[in-house]
Amino acid sequence: MTVSLSLSDITAHYGSTKVLEDLNLHVGEGELVSLLGASGCGKTTTLRLVAGFLEPTTGTIKLGDRDLTRLPAHARNIGLVFQTYALFPHLTVRENVAFGLKQRGIGGAERTRRADAMIERVGLSAFADRHPANLSGGQRQRVALARALVIEPPLLMFDEPLSNLDAKLRVDMRVEIRRLQQANGTTALYVTHDQEEAFSISDRVAIMNAGQIMQLDTPEVLYSRPANAFVADFVGFENMIPMTAVSEAGDAVRAEMAGGTSIELPKSHFTVPSRDFILAARPEGLLVSAAGDGIPTTLGLRTYLGRAYQYQCETPAGEVKANGPLAQPFDSGANAVLIPQPEQCCLLSA
Amino acid sequence: MRQKTHPLLIAFAALTFAFLIGPLVIIIGTSLSETSYLTFPPEGLSLKWYENIFEISAFRRTMVTSFILAVGGTALSMAIGIPAAYAMARYRVQLPAFLGNIYVLPILIPEIVLGFSLMKSVAIGADFPIMAALFVGHALLVLPYCVRVVGASLNAFDFSIEEAAVSLGCPRWKAFFLVVLPNVRAGIIAGFILAFITSLNDVSISIFLTGPGVSTLPIQLLAHMEQFFDPTIAAVSVLLMFVTVGVMAIVERTLGLTFLTK
Repeated sequence: MTVSLSLSDITAHYGSTKVLEDLNLHVGEGELVSLLGASGCGKTTTLRLVAGFLEPTTGTIKLGDRDLTRLPAHARNIGLVFQTYALFPHLTVRENVAFGLKQRGIGGAERTRRADAMIERVGLSAFADRHPANLSGGQRQRVALARALVIEPPLLMFDEPLSNLDAKLRVDMRVEIRRLQQANGTTALYVTHDQEEAFSISDRVAIMNAGQIMQLDTPEVLYSRPANAFVADFVGFENMIPMTAVSEAGDAVRAEMAGGTSIELPKSHFTVPSRDFILAARPEGLLVSAAGDGIPTTLGLRTYLGRAYQYQCETPAGEVKANGPLAQPFDSGANAVLIPQPEQCCLLSA
Repeated sequence: MRQKTHPLLIAFAALTFAFLIGPLVIIIGTSLSETSYLTFPPEGLSLKWYENIFEISAFRRTMVTSFILAVGGTALSMAIGIPAAYAMARYRVQLPAFLGNIYVLPILIPEIVLGFSLMKSVAIGADFPIMAALFVGHALLVLPYCVRVVGASLNAFDFSIEEAAVSLGCPRWKAFFLVVLPNVRAGIIAGFILAFITSLNDVSISIFLTGPGVSTLPIQLLAHMEQFFDPTIAAVSVLLMFVTVGVMAIVERTLGLTFLTK
């Protein structure tokens, strides 16, 4: 059974503090959507609203055509995986996994069979009789996953499930989570503050800030075409240079920046969104070059990044970070130009 | 190479031990004496004063009363204390901090004041029967232990575990019994035992609330002492001490005494 999840016009408060404002979110059937943002952005609040641990001030939450908004948490039938695993310490792995089945009144033999089958799917058959205290972090998270999956919920939710694991295990586990979620075709909502994790695992990602979704799209679009300065900064467009389009000459737009310097942006690569706009660029999006049509700069500190050199650059628009080729190192204090690279830059309306 | 210990430190440690253990040794010795007056070192060796406890019906009766009171008062206190501790741990952020301190008041208020005010309000004011008044008094007396020790367990409890149970289809009230209680069991046992011992050894509350026909063992001990100054008193004291030590030994064996100091 695959269903979609819809949150419509959700507003939520903690006491008198507004934590979510007019939030709309649709997670399609079998889709995995991540909520990504810094702590306090409202991502966990959103998950807890759907789980039923919090109630929204206004708005509705629907799973398929079932209205969850006022349904008690235990009646929602949603599989949850927690950051702290939240396994039952006094029960064995098998009893942990069987817990949800027991609550559904599924009898002894059938319950054990289904729990054992799920334990096998996460590769923990040898550990079925152990208590959680005797498992490693990765094994605990597998138990948590099995426990959430065994009830065959129409919706799976993950609250920072990999934060307590080491880096290598995190990568393995997210592949495992994605594999199980796709195999079951379960709709999933995934909360994380880790951009790499969100982008690698999700069909779509919602980048959140201050209780609102700033942009909801595929990782590819978010990464290359952020819709606003917040998202651009979030996905690594570290340099924001305000510009004004002053004239058009053939197939290029001449844009002026602070200090009166101007550069030409070819129309084939850049679409200027408005007269005043922002050139957002990753450090690799500003190529340090000895000459050419670019932003004049005085190079500062040089650091070695392995694939390139990075420079702190003094420009008329302030300090920016830009990368230069390994083949041509520049000394500190040298004069150079920064040439915008279309694939690593984007233009945002001011 | 062994660390050298300063001789003065050894001396102080020995003195402290002597100070703590000395009275206990004396009282045990006294209780074993054959004489009909309190003396140390004991003259002769006999268990007759222990037999005497059980021959005096007042001691037998009050012993039973004390046990019923300790178990019942503690149970009553737990019935109030566990939900209170749960609420304070679960809603730590939402609830004002002073609430936790209210539950410690019975320890902070001099017991004699607590006893007196209980007599005025519960025994005289509300005209409770003696036994009922004693139950209420002892429950109040031990409430801080119940709330604090169970609370310490609950503060260490990850409430996501409870939410996990709820998400798996278990109603909140059932999740409390199925996953919260079993995981704070150690705290409940430790709190129960501390409370039990406190209630069993209490004098200052009981002395205000006992009355005609109903008394507790420590109160009976005082009454007995006013008339007879024989080693029975020492024997009863030793008995109370051993119950306490025995109970503590159980805690130590099952949970570790460090649990109580957490």
